[in-house]
Amino acid sequence: MPRLQARARLGPGEAVSDPERRGFLATAAAALAGVVIAPGIRLIEIAGARAPEEAASARVRWGMLIDTAKCASGCTECVKACNEENGLHGAGRPRTDAQWIRKIDLKDPRTGRQHSAPVMCQHCAEPPCVDVCPTGASFKRADGIVLVDKHTCIGCRYCVMACPYKARSFIHENLSEQKPAVPRGKGTVEGCTLCVHKVDRGDGTTACAQACKAAGHEAIVFGDLNDPQSAVSRRLREIPSIHLRADLRLDTGVRYSGI
Amino acid sequence: MISRVAIALLFVLAAGLSLAYARAPRPVIVIERPGQCVEATEVMRRDHMTLLLHQRDRTMREGIRTRPHSLAGCVECHASAKTGSVLGEQGFCESCHRYASVKLDCFECHASKPGRVSARAKP
Repeated sequence: MPRLQARARLGPGEAVSDPERRGFLATAAAALAGVVIAPGIRLIEIAGARAPEEAASARVRWGMLIDTAKCASGCTECVKACNEENGLHGAGRPRTDAQWIRKIDLKDPRTGRQHSAPVMCQHCAEPPCVDVCPTGASFKRADGIVLVDKHTCIGCRYCVMACPYKARSFIHENLSEQKPAVPRGKGTVEGCTLCVHKVDRGDGTTACAQACKAAGHEAIVFGDLNDPQSAVSRRLREIPSIHLRADLRLDTGVRYSGI
Repeated sequence: MISRVAIALLFVLAAGLSLAYARAPRPVIVIERPGQCVEATEVMRRDHMTLLLHQRDRTMREGIRTRPHSLAGCVECHASAKTGSVLGEQGFCESCHRYASVKLDCFECHASKPGRVSARAKP
């Protein structure tokens, strides 16, 4: 039902991502980032590297490009790195254990072409999980990262139902020994945070992207979609890419190529 | 006669009082890393929950992680040298919360030990 609502909410002539506005934002971000204090040195080198005291802002939109041509079938380095970074260790119950990234294998039955891709929270600009949340726990940060405020999450799991990407998990077990940067607890919903603690620290990458690079694939490129100079923006200009379930017009922050 | 009854009553009262004290053990406050806390002791005793609440919203909603009033900051300084945790009978947070009979649910999600340890589901 919530999925239908998400679809119905948009009128037929209503554009979700207004290209003009996005263009303006990108220019504004570039202008802000490009204050030159000396030749070759910019005041803020990357738009994403905000001052530690500064709040996350809409000048930045974090996102990823997943190049399925480079993603190896059978490789689960990104999943392992995510589990390690965020302290996700299953209770040996795969049907209910938390899963922030999963690897999927695709096959075109007509041509027999096979490829593989990781799927995680797509960090939508119009997230259905936020629309349906009755308490406001599911929210989108100004820089496009979709998170769960576990202090107000009541564990109703509407968001789990609403998400077309099956990106949310519910914690069924009492947990102990969580990572200090990644609080998690029974009775709340969770999903990929785009390594928000790393982003806030200024790492400029995620655990999955790092692991994929370390494994020699570089199938995951993370960066600021609003900064035309970022690695992800440059790659997006070069190769064709799509949103998963583009028909839902959620304007996801994660894009896929080669699907 | 009356004085005897009064004395007996006093004894009973005194016994009752001492029992009452025995029921709620005084909190164990061991400062593992002595030095300046982020606020004065009186402020922390009265308002630590408010400070934590403000910091939590700024951290989560705005991504500002530099403010000093973080729960991770409390744990960093106040974890017991013996158990490595702020919980347990002698734990800095739990012993006081037990005494005051105030439910402490922060650590159902947050790490009660400083540093990096991995999460495991309890059997």
